[in-house]
Amino acid sequence: MYDFAYHRPKSVADAIGLLKSKPEARAMSGGMTLIPTLKQRLARPSDVVDLGGVKELAGIKVEGNNVVVGGMTRHADVATSADVKAAIPALAYLAGHIGDPQVRNRGTIGGSVANNDPAADYPGAVVALNATVSTNTRKIAADDFFKGLFETALGEGELITGISFPKAEKAAYVKFPNPASRYAMVGVFVAKTAAGVRVAVTGAGATVFRVKAMEEALAKNFSSAAIKDIKIPADGLNSDIHGSAEYRAHLVGVMARRAVDAANK
Amino acid sequence: MTISVAMTVNGKAVSGKVEARTLLVQFLREHLGMTGTHVGCDTSQCGACVVHVDGKSVKSCTILAVQAEGAKVLTIEGLAESADKLHPMQEAFRENHALQCGFCTPGMVMSAIDMVKRHNYQLDEATVRRELEGNLCRCTGYHNIVKAILAAAPAMKSAGV
Repeated sequence: MYDFAYHRPKSVADAIGLLKSKPEARAMSGGMTLIPTLKQRLARPSDVVDLGGVKELAGIKVEGNNVVVGGMTRHADVATSADVKAAIPALAYLAGHIGDPQVRNRGTIGGSVANNDPAADYPGAVVALNATVSTNTRKIAADDFFKGLFETALGEGELITGISFPKAEKAAYVKFPNPASRYAMVGVFVAKTAAGVRVAVTGAGATVFRVKAMEEALAKNFSSAAIKDIKIPADGLNSDIHGSAEYRAHLVGVMARRAVDAANK
Repeated sequence: MTISVAMTVNGKAVSGKVEARTLLVQFLREHLGMTGTHVGCDTSQCGACVVHVDGKSVKSCTILAVQAEGAKVLTIEGLAESADKLHPMQEAFRENHALQCGFCTPGMVMSAIDMVKRHNYQLDEATVRRELEGNLCRCTGYHNIVKAILAAAPAMKSAGV
């Protein structure tokens, strides 16, 4: 790891000030991705701005029909939150199945969503539940947030302060984890909310995507039988030593049907 | 960048000068000379480096020493009451032959204690196996580790630790 200057601001304003004044600075939330990246010398920030001391960023609140999760909230806290379990059990389940217990004790929702790893779990929940991502400057709809491989709508000096998830009538997340890394080979989050049915797929493509054909079929009939004949094209899906694009395309169908069955339980 | 850090390790106040990039495990092993915490994979996979930071199990190879500023750190060296009296989890590992080469053991024991406490001393086999996801052992096949943890849970409860 190359050395860097370390900062531990106490407020969002101070963190933004540091990020804006140092063009090569990187923000760090839980560090579960950034520290391994630095170790491999895949990044060389001049400064690391540790958000661990920014208390205002952590915590879970219920606001009307929404569960608002602060950007620095750890996966373990989402997984065990009574509020999340009551309002959106699928979200608590998802958080409780990221990485391993030690990673869940450090990793945060804001870090995961801002990093937008193609195999991350949270983007599936953000898109399927039609969540809103709040930053220090604006609110961004889920469909406008994830732009591509490790790419989001976040600009320079912009931090995720929280994510607001509408409660779901029915929802479930099912993933097929890689047996070694435990990252999702394919994960499907299915949700039926006041806004309709959404099916979001993570792990299969460059970034999270929706399957409109499944959404339309499930809107008419929310059962796994309704989507059993829908084929996912393999074009553009991820292909690596762990599985071909065709394999992942097939898994999307399998995981989606399991997710619908789980949501109906 | 050199930074002063201060924290509590196994109940004792410690401090030192580190680089910003110094990992907590390096601080423990190389600055404090506490080599009970192991470095296995150095890529957050294997869990040999697990310690508790403010009561939560973390992989000390994936947290900077400066991030633990002011924290209470507990390592494998801080568990036993004395040379003759092991922590119930250590005792259970010994009784159940839950180690062979022993390299993963410090991390296994630290993860196991956190697991038992989070589950309020009530665990079943499936839960233990799932909870061990972040700790790799290449000798035992895990069976005796699982047995040890299941045996330690009630022992920890009755010992009040």
